[in-house]
Amino acid sequence: MAWQTVDTGRLLLLSFTASLVVVAAAGTALAHFQAVNVAIAFGLYIGFGELLRLVLPGGREAAPIAMSAALSYAMVLTIARSPHYDAFGELTQEPFHRAPPLQVVLVAAIGMVIGSLPHIAAGRRAGLTGMSARLVAVACVAFIFDPLARHLNHRPGVALGVIALLAVLGWLIKTVILAIIRAEDLRARYSVTLSDELRVQWRLGLAVVVSAIITIFGAEVMGLAELAVFAGPLLVIQFAFRRYAGIRATYLQTVRALAQVTEVGGYVDSGHSRRVSRLSLAIGRELGMPEPELLNLEYAALMHDIGQLSLAEPIPGGATLLVSPADARRIAEFGAEVIGQTGVLETVAELVRFQWLPASGSMTPPLGSKVIRAANAFDELVGGSADRDRTAAAIVRLKQEASEYDPEVVAALATVTDRLPITRL
Amino acid sequence: MSRLSWATWLYIAVIVSAAAAILAQIPFDSPGPQFWVTFAVLALLFLVCDSSPIVLGDRQWAWSPSSAATLAAVLLLGKNGAIGAALVGAVAVISVRRKLRLVERLFNGAMYTVAGYAAGTTFLALDGHFIPIKNLSDVLHGVQLDPTVSRCFERAVWPFAVAAIVHVLVNHGLVWGMLLLDRRGRTSTPQARPAWGLPLLLASDVGFAALGLVISALWVVFGPFAGAIVLVPLFVARWAMGQFAEHQRAHDATLRALCQAVETKDFYTRGHSERVSRGAGMIAREIGMRADRAEAVRFAGMLHDVGKLGVPTKVLQKEGRLTEEEYAAIQLHPMRGLEIVRDIGFLNEALTGIMHHHERMDGRGYPMGFAGSEIPEFARIIAVVDAFDSMTSSRAYREATSIPDAIAELRKSAGAQFDPKVVDAFAAAVDRDGWPRQEPAQPRGHEILTSQDHDDPMAPLQVVERT
Repeated sequence: MAWQTVDTGRLLLLSFTASLVVVAAAGTALAHFQAVNVAIAFGLYIGFGELLRLVLPGGREAAPIAMSAALSYAMVLTIARSPHYDAFGELTQEPFHRAPPLQVVLVAAIGMVIGSLPHIAAGRRAGLTGMSARLVAVACVAFIFDPLARHLNHRPGVALGVIALLAVLGWLIKTVILAIIRAEDLRARYSVTLSDELRVQWRLGLAVVVSAIITIFGAEVMGLAELAVFAGPLLVIQFAFRRYAGIRATYLQTVRALAQVTEVGGYVDSGHSRRVSRLSLAIGRELGMPEPELLNLEYAALMHDIGQLSLAEPIPGGATLLVSPADARRIAEFGAEVIGQTGVLETVAELVRFQWLPASGSMTPPLGSKVIRAANAFDELVGGSADRDRTAAAIVRLKQEASEYDPEVVAALATVTDRLPITRL
Repeated sequence: MSRLSWATWLYIAVIVSAAAAILAQIPFDSPGPQFWVTFAVLALLFLVCDSSPIVLGDRQWAWSPSSAATLAAVLLLGKNGAIGAALVGAVAVISVRRKLRLVERLFNGAMYTVAGYAAGTTFLALDGHFIPIKNLSDVLHGVQLDPTVSRCFERAVWPFAVAAIVHVLVNHGLVWGMLLLDRRGRTSTPQARPAWGLPLLLASDVGFAALGLVISALWVVFGPFAGAIVLVPLFVARWAMGQFAEHQRAHDATLRALCQAVETKDFYTRGHSERVSRGAGMIAREIGMRADRAEAVRFAGMLHDVGKLGVPTKVLQKEGRLTEEEYAAIQLHPMRGLEIVRDIGFLNEALTGIMHHHERMDGRGYPMGFAGSEIPEFARIIAVVDAFDSMTSSRAYREATSIPDAIAELRKSAGAQFDPKVVDAFAAAVDRDGWPRQEPAQPRGHEILTSQDHDDPMAPLQVVERT
């Protein structure tokens, strides 16, 4: 158990990356540094991408432009330079030398560090984990591509295929690494975090892969100026994603804030909706629910008491446990009606509608409703307290009422509350 | 575009005939098959982009990155570039979109034709270098790159940048002309807003215009396949933009639904927040407020009374004079509202509107007793609409006041309670756009009926004098 608390995966990743960078620096120092201007251009490009990180839904940090820039530097075939007339009056071009894999790793690492400095200066996270994952992926691609490179000159079709495959491979390596780290952070199942990661990121991944291809072949024709030209469309795409992620975050913020109306109105305990939603999320994750379902669960848990607004006077102490099933049903249905009026949260409305149903009745409620029901009951029994005895007593009581509360959900509840006190979920 | 005015028809006719004059110049015999192959691929690229635009605002706007294809034509079609670009733009007429009427198709096609021609002519006038095209068989047989090709790009970049800007300006200018002409005579819809602000749209267009150059570069290596490669990032961007617009609509709908839920507590104020939000938007437009602030003031109007939930129902329902404690409970509602929405990051300035919407110009309002210009602009706007909506709605103790009478009442209190400038702006906006007529509401029985309204300036709350 001691191993789990120090986040093995992250530690392993960081130390591996650190030694990789040291080896790259040493290797590059011993060998001849190739094409300094190209290295500088790509290094700045990577740094620029790292500067423009974005936070995707679910709090994932991504740096698509940096990833695509690093992948293109690893697989660049040749770069057009202005031909000039030599001493004999012949039009010639200086030959281009590809950067060896260790130099690619070093340049990418330097670019990433430069790009992350402003983040650190602004007091944001340095994002070491994300950078390490990207760097490891780029290193793999660079080492695989290097021996293939000389077979690919003047065969654009074959080159396109190989580069596309390797770019996809690099992106997958990064995604798998991040999914492992995320599973560790959230204490979720690895298979679930991986499929979540792929679902959230595949479109951006596609853009990363194709952007790398465009950069590589564009620079072959236009020279390094292509990097500047292509930055325009990339910025627009990046900005579109930023706005999308921003509105998702705002949405959650709004629902969180407005779910407090029941607290301000004195219908429920202060902090109740927030605690029930955190607990429901933890249970849902323990049960292996995928991210879209977890999001719906979070919204439903936040708003599960909104139906109480239909009551003229708050229930004393907000204790929905003590309300008759008919009233509980009326409250749940009114809440679902309110949420249904948004026209976009149908699934959430369903979860709220069936929260009053006992687990083993004639109708089976959706899993999310069962989770909310158990989390709500638990919070009403325990309140905001982190007292171990009260927690244990509440769980014993929920286990006894197996017809009311789904045993599997209660078992998950017991696991998550045992792992961390409720106040730290 | 339901019924077009004669000015609009004239406008469309001028643009369409300009486009026709441009297209009449096509030299049908001289350009070789290479021209037509390149044109066909670019036209297809344009068509694919233009057929799946993102819809902005109230469905009057649609945006797509199709101009990248037009601008690539400028570079790739050599001396026929201007005509070629015009022809690519004309493809908008057969854009695969339902619900697009013939007039709209004609206008779009003509507009893109003119814009493409203008860009192409600019490029030629600036002596921009063309990109030598590789045809399909060269690509398939792996013909080597011409080492001088990078020179062409060096000489094409700046003329291309100017041409791209010309394209963006002509495109936006013509669309704006249309929207301005078409807007006259239709009732305003202050709720609708472009999901993607105008400066952003311009920046996005310029950014994607650069893709025209990238397409040309890829064309040198991959020939016509270049079109397929650039489509991928274009569609990813489109997806994100579409998701943004969708989530923004969902967000607004959710906000509205939750405000309605709060209103169910009090029968007579149903629809109040929505109307105040609308009225605040009308004032914002009248006084020429920046788009993002206008949006914020609408949110403030929507949420201004959320804190009323913190006022015990029995106080809201009480008939007759209130005790000082009860009055204090009512006065607390702006602060309660603030407490609820404080954590919503995007509200920023809207928070001031929520907190201070019961301040008075003479300093006798609550919660802070601010006077005159101390009161934030948002709060002064909401105060006016709030009182107006209360007066023009029916209450248990009185019928609804007529709109002219309510405006007169606002003018009477201007200076003491309301900001005269805001009152004037609101009067002008109501005069122009009207105010939704409300059906006299009949309670159905189970609702809570309040017998006072803290917003009503004609019947202020009566507080028991302390003896």
